[in-house]
Amino acid sequence: MSSPLLHVENLKEYFEIRRGLFGKRGYVKAVDGVSLTLAGREAISIVGESGCGKTTLGKTILRLYEPTDGKIIFRGKDITHLGWKELKWYRRETGLVQQDPFGALPPFMTVKRILEEPLIIHGIKDRKEREERIYKALEGVKLTPIEDFINKYPHMLSGGQQQRLVIARSIILEPKMIVADEPVSMLDASVRIEILKLLQDLQTRYDLSVMYITHDLSTTRYFSERIYIMYAAHIVESAETKELLVNPLHPYTRALLNVIPDPDPSNRFLIKEVPTGEPPNLINPPTGCRFNPRCPNFMKGICDAKEPSLIEASKGHYVKCWLYG
Amino acid sequence: MSERHLNIKSLVMYYRTLRGEVKAVDDVSFSLPKGETIAVIGESGCGKSSLAKSIIRLLPRNVSVYKGAVLFNGLNLMDLDEETFTKEIRWTKITYVPQAALNSLNPIIKIGDQMIEPLLLHQKMSKGEALERAAKTLKAVGVNEAFLHHYPFELSGGMKQRVIIAMSLLTNPELMILDEPTSSLDVLTQANIMNLLKNIKRELKISMIFITHDVSLSSELADKVAVMYAGQVVEFSDAETFYKNPLHPYSQKLMESVPTLRTDKKLGFISGSPPSLLDPPKGCRFADRCPFIFEKCIKDPPIMHLNEGFYAKCWLYEKE
Ligand SMILES: Nc1ncnc2c1ncn2[C@@H]1O[C@H](COP(=O)(O)OP(=O)(O)OP(=O)(O)O)[C@@H](O)[C@H]1O
Ligand SMILES: Nc1ncnc2c1ncn2[C@@H]1O[C@H](COP(=O)(O)OP(=O)(O)OP(=O)(O)O)[C@@H](O)[C@H]1O
Ligand code: SF4
Ligand SMILES: [Mg+2]
Ligand SMILES: [Mg+2]
Repeated sequence: MSSPLLHVENLKEYFEIRRGLFGKRGYVKAVDGVSLTLAGREAISIVGESGCGKTTLGKTILRLYEPTDGKIIFRGKDITHLGWKELKWYRRETGLVQQDPFGALPPFMTVKRILEEPLIIHGIKDRKEREERIYKALEGVKLTPIEDFINKYPHMLSGGQQQRLVIARSIILEPKMIVADEPVSMLDASVRIEILKLLQDLQTRYDLSVMYITHDLSTTRYFSERIYIMYAAHIVESAETKELLVNPLHPYTRALLNVIPDPDPSNRFLIKEVPTGEPPNLINPPTGCRFNPRCPNFMKGICDAKEPSLIEASKGHYVKCWLYG
Repeated sequence: MSERHLNIKSLVMYYRTLRGEVKAVDDVSFSLPKGETIAVIGESGCGKSSLAKSIIRLLPRNVSVYKGAVLFNGLNLMDLDEETFTKEIRWTKITYVPQAALNSLNPIIKIGDQMIEPLLLHQKMSKGEALERAAKTLKAVGVNEAFLHHYPFELSGGMKQRVIIAMSLLTNPELMILDEPTSSLDVLTQANIMNLLKNIKRELKISMIFITHDVSLSSELADKVAVMYAGQVVEFSDAETFYKNPLHPYSQKLMESVPTLRTDKKLGFISGSPPSLLDPPKGCRFADRCPFIFEKCIKDPPIMHLNEGFYAKCWLYEKE
C-alpha cells in the first residue's frame, strides 16, 4: 500500500460552553483523541450512536473547525493549523456531503446555480469550463437527462434526487476525499442502496476516498473496507469490515451487532440482551472506560478506574477495552 | 373469518388539496386475529400514517372522502357517532402512538399530570386512583414511578418513548396502533423499546398495528404483514411466508434493498419513484417500475386471494 492520503493522530475537538451567564466554563469534548488513516480510493466507515461525535470528527478533519489538539496530515502535509488562505487548496481537495440534505440546498437556486457557485468561488473564470464541469458532475451522479434537471429548483426533486445533487456539489471541484455524513439515513430503503452504489462508483471514477459516517452498521458491510466504531468521542474498535463483523471484540460493538435485526420471522420470539441506559454526556464522561456504566462485562475496580488504551488485538484489529489487556 | 378481532374492508380516505385530491388510502383491506401484530410497511408517503388515522378516526379537516368499514369485534367503528366513539373506543379500547410522539409531550407539564389527564377526562377516575394507575403502568414499562413528578425535558429520548407507551397502556386497551415508535431513537434504545413491546404483546395479549418503514425492524413484532405502495396494500401475508418469500414484485424489490448483517446477499434498488397520489396510474400503480410488467398491467389488478385470506394485488397471481 502507498502512503496514506489522510492521517489523523490523536485529534481533539472541544467546544467551550458556559452554564449561565457568569457560570463556570466547561467543555463538550466532542472528539477526544481520535486516530485514523485513509488510503487513496479507500472507503472507511465511522459508526456510532447519536451525539458520539461523528459529525464533529468529519468537520474537524475537513478543517471546518479549528482542532483543539492533535494532527491532521493530508498528502504528507500537516494541515492542522493552516490559516484560511492556505486552506483554499485543501478545500478544493476535499468535499462534504452534509447530514440532512434537505436543509443543505438553497431553495431559491436552480440546480445549475447550486453547482456553479463553488466553481466561481474557486476562481474558475471560463464559463465553458464551468459548464463542462457541471455536466460532468450531473452525469457522475446520474441526474440524467441533464436538460430535465439543470433548471429545476430543489423542491422539484425527490429526496433521492436532492441527495444526488448534494453529492454532485461535493464532487464538483474533483476532490480527492469526501466526508459523507449520513448520506442516506433520510432516504427510503429502496433509494439508499442506489445512492451508496453511486458513491462507490464515484470512488473508482474519480480516485476518490470516502469517509462514510453512519449510525447504521448494516450498510457498512457493503460499502467500506474498514470500520471505526465510535463511542462517546472515542474510537473504541477498528478493523477491516469483514473481520469486525465476524469477530467483534468490544462489548459495545458486540451489543450493536447483536441487536440489529435481519428480516427474519423468528425475531419476534426472541427477547434480546440489550445494555440499558444511554450514552454519557461529553462534558463529564465517566472515568475509566466510557462504556463501563452500561457494559455487561464490567469489572469493578478496573473498568471504572482507568481508561483502557487502544491496543492491537490481532493484526490490524484494534480495541480499547480492559478485557484485552 | 367473520369473527376476526379487527377486520378492515375497502377503507378509503382522500385529502382535499389545492392541487386536487390526494388518494392516501385507496381501498385497503386486511384482518387481524386477537393478540397478534400486523406490521404495515412501505416507503415515505405511501399512506401508512393516513391509514392509522382512518382507523382511529383522527381525520384532518381536509378529508374529502372517508368510506369502507372498520370492524372491531364485529362492530363497525365508522357507524358510531363521535361521542360514543370517544367514550368507548379511542384512548380506551384502541390507543394510538402517533408518529413523532416524542415531541408531543408538553415540556412544562409534569409527566404524571399528562398521564392522568385522559383518565380523568374519559374514564372519570378520581385523581388518586388515576395517579396510582399511572405509577403502576410506568413501572410496567421500566420507568421509576418517581418520574411522575418530573418534566419531559428531564428525560432522555428512550425514557420519553417509554412514558408515551405507558400512556397508551393506561386503559388496558385491546388494540394499540404504533406509528414509527422507535424511528428517532438510537439502535440500542430502539432494541430496548422493541423488547418492551414484545413483552407487552406476550404478557398482556394486546393486538398491535405496528407501522414502520424499516423492513428488518418490522420482523421484530410482526405476525402478519401488510405492504403499502401508493395508497394501497399490495400484499397481505403472514410473517413466516413474507420474510422468506415475498410475493408482490414491489415487496420483492423492497426486500432486495434491505442490507443484512448475517448473510451475504446482492443488494438491489428500485429505480424511479412512486407515482403521485394526486393522479395515480389507472392500471397497476407499480407498473412503470416493475420488472415483470406485461399487457394486463395497464388494468388495475384486483386482489388475488391466496390461501387463508392472504393476498397479492398483482396480475401475476391471477388464477386461470
Ligand atoms: N458547535 C457546537 N458547540 C457545542 N457543542 C457541540 C457543537 N457541535 C456539536 N456539539 C456537541 O458535540 C457532541 C457531538 O456532536 P456531533 O454532532 O458530532 O455528534 P454525531 O455523532 O454526529 O451525532 P448524530 O448522529 O446525532 O448526528 C454532542 O454532544 C453535541 O451536542
Ligand atoms: N392533511 C393532509 N392533507 C393533504 N395531504 C396529506 C395530508 N396528510 C398527508 N398527506 C399526503 O398523503 C400521502 C400519505 O401520507 P402519510 O403521512 O400517510 O404517509 P406515510 O406512509 O405515513 O409516510 P412517512 O413514512 O413519511 O410517515 C402523502 O402524499 C402526504 O403528502
Ligand atoms: S401487476 Fe404487473 S406491474 Fe403490477 S406488480 Fe404485478 S406484474 Fe408488476
Ligand atoms: Mg452527525
Ligand atoms: Mg407516517
